Amino acid sequence: MELVEAIILAVLAASTPLLIAATGELVTERSGVLNLGVEGMMIVGAACGFAGAWLTGSILIGALFGIVAGTLMSLVFALMALGLAVNQVATGLALTILGIGLSGLIGAGFVGERITPAVHLYIPGLTDMPLIGRVLFGEDGFVYFSIALIIGVWWFLYRTRAGLILRACGDNHVSAHALGYPVLRIRTFSVMFGGACAGLAGAYLPLAYTPFFIPGMTAGRGWIALALVVFASWRPGRLVVGAYLFGAVTILQLHAQGWGVGIPSQFMSALPYLATVIVLVLLSRARTGGSTAPAALGTVFVPDR
Amino acid sequence: MRKSLLALAAGLLLAGSVSAASAADKLKVGFIYLGPIGDLGWTYQHDVGRQALVKELGDKIETTYLENVPEGPDAERAIEQLVRAGNKLIFTTSFGYMDPTLKVAKKYPNVHFEHATGYKRDKNMSTYSAKWYQGRYIQGLIAAKMSKSGVLGYIGSFPIPEVVSGINATILAAQTINPNIKVKIIWANTWFDPGKEADAAKALIDQGADVIMQHTDSPAAMQIASERGKLAFGQDSEMIKFGPKTQLTSILDTWGPYYIDRVKAELAGTWKSEDTWGGLDSHMFAMAPYTNMPDDVKKMAEDAQAAITAGKLHPFKCPIVAQDGKTVECKGGANLDDGQILGMNFYVKGIDDKLPGK
Repeated sequence: MELVEAIILAVLAASTPLLIAATGELVTERSGVLNLGVEGMMIVGAACGFAGAWLTGSILIGALFGIVAGTLMSLVFALMALGLAVNQVATGLALTILGIGLSGLIGAGFVGERITPAVHLYIPGLTDMPLIGRVLFGEDGFVYFSIALIIGVWWFLYRTRAGLILRACGDNHVSAHALGYPVLRIRTFSVMFGGACAGLAGAYLPLAYTPFFIPGMTAGRGWIALALVVFASWRPGRLVVGAYLFGAVTILQLHAQGWGVGIPSQFMSALPYLATVIVLVLLSRARTGGSTAPAALGTVFVPDR
Repeated sequence: MRKSLLALAAGLLLAGSVSAASAADKLKVGFIYLGPIGDLGWTYQHDVGRQALVKELGDKIETTYLENVPEGPDAERAIEQLVRAGNKLIFTTSFGYMDPTLKVAKKYPNVHFEHATGYKRDKNMSTYSAKWYQGRYIQGLIAAKMSKSGVLGYIGSFPIPEVVSGINATILAAQTINPNIKVKIIWANTWFDPGKEADAAKALIDQGADVIMQHTDSPAAMQIASERGKLAFGQDSEMIKFGPKTQLTSILDTWGPYYIDRVKAELAGTWKSEDTWGGLDSHMFAMAPYTNMPDDVKKMAEDAQAAITAGKLHPFKCPIVAQDGKTVECKGGANLDDGQILGMNFYVKGIDDKLPGK
C-alpha cells in the first residue's frame, strides 16, 4: 500500500511540470501561434526561479521570478514572430537556444547552492489517511495550482466569450480581424500566457522537484510538453490524460526495472513516449472530428489596414 | 558558452587569415564537453582538469572548450570546428565521441586527439580512462557494511562495459561482507537528467534499498537519499554539499595531472598515440573522504584503498563466476585481464537482474 502511494506521489511530481508547460502552450497554439521555444522559456524560468528563491528564501517569490522570466522570454518571441512577422518555427527554435545559453549565464553563480524545497500541504487527519491522504492532501502548491490551471483554461476556452474569440483567431485570423478583433494583441497575450506557464513549469524543477540548479536541468521536458499539445489534439482534457500518462509510465518503468521484470531497459525508457502517443492517437480517433489543429496555426498574420 | 563561442569565433578568424603564424606561438588545446561545465559531475571535473592545465602551462598554451556537445554524428562537426580553429591537441571527453573523433583524426593526420574512455585508437589518436571499478569495489565494501536492509540501489546510465564492470565490482566486494546482499538496478538511459535520476532514486528507496549508488552525473540522487534519511555515494565529483549526512564517499575524477603530462609531451614534440588506463596508483581518480560511517568501516575502506593502490588487492580476482553459473575464463593469470574488464558484458553471480540486451 505504501508503495502504491509512493508511486502515485512520484507520478504527480513528474507530471506536473509537463502539465503546466503544456497548458500554456495549448493556449498559445489555440490562438494560432506555434512557439517552439518552450524548452528555452522553461530553463530560463528554472534559473530565475532558483535565483529568486535563493535570494529571498521564499518559494513563492521564486515561482514569481520564474513566471516573470518566462513571460519576458515570450515577449522576445512575440516581438519577432508577431511584431516583425518572422517565421514562427525559426523564432521558436532560436528562443530555445537563447534560453539555454541565458539560463547558464544567470544560473552560473547559483550552481551548487541549496534551498529548502516547497513545503507540502499538511492537514492533520486528512493527510494521515492511508493511501489517498498524502496524494490528495499532501502535495506541494504547484501540483494543486497545475490542476486549477488546466480547469481554468478549459473553462476559459469553452465557456467564455473571450475564449471563443481566442480560438477564432487561431482558426481564421482573417475573419477574426474582419470582425474587428485585435488579432495580434490577443495573440500576444496568449504567447505571454504560454511563457508564464513555461517559466513556472521550469521553476517547479529547482523549487520542488530537485531543489538545486544545474544548467540544462529541464533535459528536454519543454519538447515533451510541446508534443503533448499536438497529441492531445489541442484539447485540455486529453492534455491532462497525456501528461499524467507520460508521468505514470515514466515512473512505473523505473519501478519495473527495480523489480527486475527482464524487459530491456532501452525499451522501457522509450515506453512513456510510445504509450502516450498510442493512447492519445486512439483517443482522438475514437471521436469523430477529434484531431483538429487550429487552422491558422503557425501562419504569419499582417493586418491589412 | 558565450566565452567559448567568442574564443571559437576568434580562432576561426585567425585560422582564416594570413597572419595565422602569430597565433602559432602558443599551442592551442581544445576540449569537447558532453554537459555544461556547471553540471557538478563529469564535465565539471574535466573542466577542473583543464583549469589545472591552464594554471600550469598558461603561458605556453591557449585552451578552448565547447560544452553541451551531443554524442553521435553531430560531435564530428564540433570536433572539426576545433581543428579549423587551429587546435593541435584535442581532448574529446565522452565515450560517445569515439567514432566521430576517429573520423576527424583520419581526416587531419597532423592534429593529435585524445579520447576519454573509448577503445579505438589511431596514429594520432590516444585514449585515456581510469580504473573506476577499483573505487566501486571500495564502495561495495562500505555499502554492504552500512546497509541495514541488505538491498543496494544502483542507478545506471547506459549498459556499457564501464558501467557494468562498476556494478560487478560493487557486488563482488559487497558479497565478501554479506554473501546474500541484493542489488536493484535501474537504468536511466541518460547521463544527465536530474529529474529522472531523482525519480530513479525514489523508486529504489521505495522498493527497499537503503544505500544508493549512481553512475549518472547529477547530485539529484544524493539529494533524494538525503531527504529520505538514507545513505549514498557521490559520482565524479564531491557531492557532500547535497547530502552532508548522506555521502559515504565519492569517486573523484582527477584529470589535471594527465592533461598536463600530455600537453607537456605535445610541447616537447614527444607526443605518441597511447592507451592510458590509470588506477588509484596513478592518481587518475581519487576517493573523497570517507564520511558518515563508523571508524571500523572507515578503516576497512582505507585499508582496501591502500591494498588496491599497492596492487595487492584486485577487484576481479579469479575465479569470477558469471550470472549463468559459469566460471569466466581467466586471461590475466590471477585476475581478469584489462581487455576482459574493458569489454565486460555480463553480470556476476548474485545479481538477479538481467543485463539489458542479453
